[in-house]
Amino acid sequence: MTIVTEPRGLRAWWFAPRRGPVPGRVFAFQIVLAVLLVTGLLVAVFTGLAHYRWNWEPVWGYREKFARGWLMTVGLASASLVLSTGIGFLAAVSQRARLLPVRALGTVYVELVRSTPLLVQSLVLYFGVFPVLGLSSPFLSGVLILSLFAGAYIGEVMRAGIEGVGTSQREAAAAVGFTTAQMYRHVILPQALRHIVPPLAGQFASLIKDSSILSVIAIREFTLSVTEVRSLTYSAFEAYLPLALGYFLMTFPISLWARRLEQRFRYET
Amino acid sequence: MRLEARDLVKSFGSTRVLAGVSFAVDAECLAIVGPSGGGKSTLLRILAGLEYPDSGEVRIAEERLAFNDAALLRHRRSVGMVFQAFNLFPHLTARRNITLPLEVVHGLSADEAHLRAEEVLARFDLAAHAGRRPAELSGGQRQRVAIARAVSFRPRLLLFDEPTSALDPEMTGEVLDLIGELRKEGARIVLVTHEIGFAREVADHALFLAEARVVESAPGRQLFDAPVSGECRKFLKRVLRY
Repeated sequence: MTIVTEPRGLRAWWFAPRRGPVPGRVFAFQIVLAVLLVTGLLVAVFTGLAHYRWNWEPVWGYREKFARGWLMTVGLASASLVLSTGIGFLAAVSQRARLLPVRALGTVYVELVRSTPLLVQSLVLYFGVFPVLGLSSPFLSGVLILSLFAGAYIGEVMRAGIEGVGTSQREAAAAVGFTTAQMYRHVILPQALRHIVPPLAGQFASLIKDSSILSVIAIREFTLSVTEVRSLTYSAFEAYLPLALGYFLMTFPISLWARRLEQRFRYET
Repeated sequence: MRLEARDLVKSFGSTRVLAGVSFAVDAECLAIVGPSGGGKSTLLRILAGLEYPDSGEVRIAEERLAFNDAALLRHRRSVGMVFQAFNLFPHLTARRNITLPLEVVHGLSADEAHLRAEEVLARFDLAAHAGRRPAELSGGQRQRVAIARAVSFRPRLLLFDEPTSALDPEMTGEVLDLIGELRKEGARIVLVTHEIGFAREVADHALFLAEARVVESAPGRQLFDAPVSGECRKFLKRVLRY
């Protein structure tokens, strides 16, 4: 007598098995349905804007401006991804340092950044701190602002990952004679990475989207470019829909990349 | 090999784990036995260079162990440690668990390390499992890989911390056989264990540790066959009852 019956036939396209993974094509089918549903809803809402007259022509005329803004944001985000990862790693290990001033500085940095808004940080750094330091390049300023902001969050993600690797692993690494640096390189980080990757991908996506804040400090990135186009053409949705799509094109590959990476680091414990 | 400890003291918080442990023994295989919580593992971890004592002195082969980071790192690289919970690196295959320290710590080339790993794995009957990760191995196989890793760099001393306490009787047998073989081949061993029968077989000196002190220290089988102290007699009677 079978007690657990798995969904069969048509039901198998709609219900997950009680045990084991969902077949790839079944889930792909459901993803397509969900995308269609959301698209349908959006279309319904926008066609409901009866008084809104769609006019793509003026916006199309500014397509180069769109592209330049998009590329500027891609550049800002790429540089910030690298720099914030470095800063995040330093923030994570500094909070485990035996030298207490280093540990205290790490903690103060993380808490300060996490408890103030990015907008305020951008204004204070760009108009207050950077001029004093003689830093005038808007691009570099933007990268620094984003990296310092994201670095604090990435640091906490990394710290959680590093602390999640058990003491028995540290002990094993010490016992085979690794130095602290070798232990991080060969034992802690490879194991921490598989726990870090999913939240890290989220932080990266946030960083890309948060770069839109830089529009307030006169860096002609994607959002500012599109805002300018909007006021030049008196259009609204024709500018904002491509804006949303433009950010999606940057963040979605990161999600895909993170999922692949997660697969690669998968091993049983 | 001469092993000495003088007045070793170690506390964790308000718990005194070693309260002035002293011994001086000439042994190729030293067994440390005693009730749980008696300080055996802490003593072994100090001998392995994994723990700093609060005070006291350790001498291994007439050489005083300096308790500072650099000296302890050198010391750890000269001894092989095997843990109760195996402590293999779960993200690496059995073979890579062995080759990684050989390459990174002991400076062997990738080829040399590979050859050395294949050699010890074959010797311990693990050749077929070289490409597997720890999660794909049985407990006994994991512990044998851990032992292979510990002997692969030819340490001057092998330290075992209750190597069979996490294993069922059959796997315990396979690991003890292996330690017995290493002993016959002349490996120098310090062994913390609850396997009294095995300790009696292999050890040429035994320490009985209880309540943070060395209660009894005797060569050969003397400690097991004719214990002098009441505590040791009681302990052996308890553990050998079944």
